[in-house]
Amino acid sequence: MAAPATDRRAQQDAHPSGDERFALLDKALKRARFEQDQLVELLHTAQEVFGHLSDDVLIYLARQLRLPPSRVLGVASFYHLFTFEPPGDHICTVCMGTACYVKGAEDVVRETSEAFDVPAGETTDDGRLTLWTARCVGSCGLAPVVVFDGTVLAKQTPQDLIAHVRELLAAEDAAAEEEAG
Amino acid sequence: MAKVIDLDDVAVNEAEARSRYRWRIKVCSSTACDASGAGPAYRAVEQRVEEQGLEHDVQVVPTGCMGLCSAGPLVRTEPRGGQPTLFQEVNERVGADIVERHVKGREDLAEHQLDEGLPFFTRQERVVLSNAGRIDPERLEDYVAEGGYRALVSALRMRPRGLIETIEASGLRGRGGAGYPTAKKWGMLHDAVADEKYVVANGDEGDPGAFMDRAVMEDDPHRVLEGVTLAAYATGASKAFLYVRAEYPRAIKRLEQAIRTAKRQRLLGRNILGSDFSLDVEIRTGAGAFVCGEETALLASIEGQRGQPRMRPPYPTERGLYGRPTMINNVETLANLPDIVRRGPEWFRRMGTEVSPGTKVFALAGSLRHTGLIEVPMGLTLGEIIEEIGGGCPDGRAFKAAQTGGPSGGCVPASFRDLPVDFESLRQAGSIMGSGGLIAMDEGVSMPEVARFYMDFSQDESCGKCTPCRVGTLEMHRLLERICAGEGSHRDLELLEQLSRTVRETSLCGLGQSAPNPVASTLEHFRDEYLALLRDEPVGVAHG
Repeated sequence: MAAPATDRRAQQDAHPSGDERFALLDKALKRARFEQDQLVELLHTAQEVFGHLSDDVLIYLARQLRLPPSRVLGVASFYHLFTFEPPGDHICTVCMGTACYVKGAEDVVRETSEAFDVPAGETTDDGRLTLWTARCVGSCGLAPVVVFDGTVLAKQTPQDLIAHVRELLAAEDAAAEEEAG
Repeated sequence: MAKVIDLDDVAVNEAEARSRYRWRIKVCSSTACDASGAGPAYRAVEQRVEEQGLEHDVQVVPTGCMGLCSAGPLVRTEPRGGQPTLFQEVNERVGADIVERHVKGREDLAEHQLDEGLPFFTRQERVVLSNAGRIDPERLEDYVAEGGYRALVSALRMRPRGLIETIEASGLRGRGGAGYPTAKKWGMLHDAVADEKYVVANGDEGDPGAFMDRAVMEDDPHRVLEGVTLAAYATGASKAFLYVRAEYPRAIKRLEQAIRTAKRQRLLGRNILGSDFSLDVEIRTGAGAFVCGEETALLASIEGQRGQPRMRPPYPTERGLYGRPTMINNVETLANLPDIVRRGPEWFRRMGTEVSPGTKVFALAGSLRHTGLIEVPMGLTLGEIIEEIGGGCPDGRAFKAAQTGGPSGGCVPASFRDLPVDFESLRQAGSIMGSGGLIAMDEGVSMPEVARFYMDFSQDESCGKCTPCRVGTLEMHRLLERICAGEGSHRDLELLEQLSRTVRETSLCGLGQSAPNPVASTLEHFRDEYLALLRDEPVGVAHG
């Protein structure tokens, strides 16, 4: 019996780099039956697997879905949640929703940005910390809210957050030193 | 094929299982309480129950949002046949105390109690949120025990037309913001002729400061599914999409799980409950674009395209998803349906006002003593919500304005405390109901600054398709920045007002048309604050 068409297509076009993460993306593509209208869902999967959307990944998706690369990039760049640069080791997202804003989220962003010398939306030069802002994470009762590496931190002052990040980085430094020594 | 589920059986079994426990301890495990440490508190409770050998006496239930997020993590103990007690700020130690000293030792633990006699709780009327904080959202049995899916059973015995008439009689209006009569929309899809029709649940809650739909999807996912199924049956749709923000991973997970369970029990999928009606439900995730809350943009996003709106007409009920007739209902609207069908339109009409019947869920936030999620009858006054339910501003600060409707809404000043909160009254006051974000601002907040904040949001979220919105919001933001920095002139203010009108009247979709609202409403009610910031004297004023 012949293999289903979708399997054949995936085999023909498997990523030549041999990067196993592409296999995960392939699985998602198969589940989506290579339907073009699943592009946004697949971009989510790709970003989950790779951490960000590189040109390579975008072109791969375009080929698999038989879409022009311009369309894939056009869609990906339209939505805020997709990112094209690899983020740092830690991601610190400050909520800038109205409730958080009213309770001083702007100060949290500004002071954190100054403390770690990183503009909002970017990553520190050493690649350890990314500072993002979010539209609203929907925890308004706890404003101002910060999401640090996926954990929601409630009622944050700039001092709280800076201390939290410093502590974490210092602990990592200590652990690295111990390993080296 | 799987046997059709006997809902009464499930409910009876569930009640029996519950009655075996002498105590039920409910731990709020919503996103907000989780952030306050509900996870460790839950584990502490569970661990102590085990240590004390109380597993057969005490049932520990993780629930959705109990509402008062600012006092979280919340825990509620319910003794069989006795008075329940609510505890606030429950950490691991308090969690352990609740088991050892309260449940076992019969102590009050008054210092950790939260009075359920607070207006925050007593002034509410919960329909959409009736199960939130009361049931385990991951269990179908819990929903069925509260009367879940009974509306579907009775609806399937009705003609679709009859179901639409029921909703029409209830006077239900869309909870997404505009308040369009739900039955009217349904009628249009019902009458549309096509090989396939679609229903879309709009869970793309993009307003900053709004989390009502998230709570419904996370805390009572089967209610959303039952609502979608009712809407599809009434309109003849065979496929439904749930469009959910990617920022709500827990809502997505819970809905996915609920779909699987419902399918297994034949509450979804082919031949629902043994009838001829079939419905396929699929979840689609957003990716952080506010404009996707607009229905035509949302449809483009589901089709895997840039989420840009298009001209209406044709309306989605004529030409929607994949060119076929499609109806988009807000999640909260859908969540109202099961109760309306089960308890009748007259019951629904007894709540709220003549033209805005029912309740509305609000995300209460900002400068208030009690913040969180509330559901109140429509027509409650602004003062009742802010002062009684919200407890007023903390630290003796004066309440200045309430912001409703997010970037599409406006600021209603404190002098409007007797304003009934419903669709029409809010519009007359220069704001809109919106999806239900309600943010209280105290005297420390500058209103031009608030307008600037929202304009920054709108210019960033403008999709760029039409010029008035793309360029207009950008220019308005620049003017507001200049004014807020004390560098604006009277001419700038004039330009700002002129642009407000242009952007409102000429933008393609709701985002642009309503983007000037925060500016217009703050200018109307707080013009002095703008004038005080201008650097020059008004033109034409004689200097002497």
